[in-house]
Amino acid sequence: MNYINRHCKIQHRILSVGGEVLYKNIDGSLDDFLDTGLKALNIAYPKFYKMDRPSKLGFIGAEVLLKGAGLLERYAPDEVAVVMASAHSSLDTDLRYFESMKTIASPALFVYTLANIVAGEICIRHGIKGENAFFVLPEFDAAQLCTYVEMVMASQKTKACLAGWADVMGEQHDVFLYLVEKTNTAGLEHTEEQLQKLYQMNYGKVDSRP
Amino acid sequence: MEKLIADLKRQIIEALNLKHLKPDDIGDDQPLFVEGLGLDSIDALELIVLLQQHYNIKLADPQEGPQIFKSVKTMAEYITSNKTA
Repeated sequence: MNYINRHCKIQHRILSVGGEVLYKNIDGSLDDFLDTGLKALNIAYPKFYKMDRPSKLGFIGAEVLLKGAGLLERYAPDEVAVVMASAHSSLDTDLRYFESMKTIASPALFVYTLANIVAGEICIRHGIKGENAFFVLPEFDAAQLCTYVEMVMASQKTKACLAGWADVMGEQHDVFLYLVEKTNTAGLEHTEEQLQKLYQMNYGKVDSRP
Repeated sequence: MEKLIADLKRQIIEALNLKHLKPDDIGDDQPLFVEGLGLDSIDALELIVLLQQHYNIKLADPQEGPQIFKSVKTMAEYITSNKTA
């Protein structure tokens, strides 16, 4: 049995960890939320400003998820896996890149026209070198994520896995990341039902804007 | 030259999303890559785009890149000597 030891969400410009709201900026745009969020969380990482929106969302999620988790103190870099999924892949960035092509195509945007670059940014930041996979799915699919993460965790090599959903299209965004380990510290078994329950939990005030 | 250098600093910050910096944080002779501002190869491509967009200058020989993009000052000197009227 594997366990969900930490989990976080970013929805409606509200960042929450383990069910507690850590930061929110519901009045501004998603870009405002991301940039002010980085400052509010006291994260110094200049490369963040170069990232696209999917990567920024995944980066902030992983940051709060792994802060204080001591992951790479307990595991070797290649013992930590990353398994993520989204519905819109890199479409948000693809469209911005397409727009830039009307004048001179932006090389800085081009490098983000891949869905799995968010996983790469997280791995670079945290020194993770284990298995990684990124799926494009019609919607959050607890069964698919659970099955694949269990398969990765069943390998001799993997001891922990950062997994979850990081989807963005325009102002619409939906992030649910969690940390799976073989040891139990939070009493949450890694099952499809548990993932679905955590994903559907609502935290804090939610506005109705698109 | 002073105005061009000031313009370049603002344009570099905007084009490269260096939101953590202000124009005054960039020295005229400060290396742009590695030990200076820490720019990377993708940033180098964005600098080439910047020259084309703002100054209508196309880099004729990519081998010249490291010398042209050594600092804001070397960029300004290159623009001054290559800008079309």
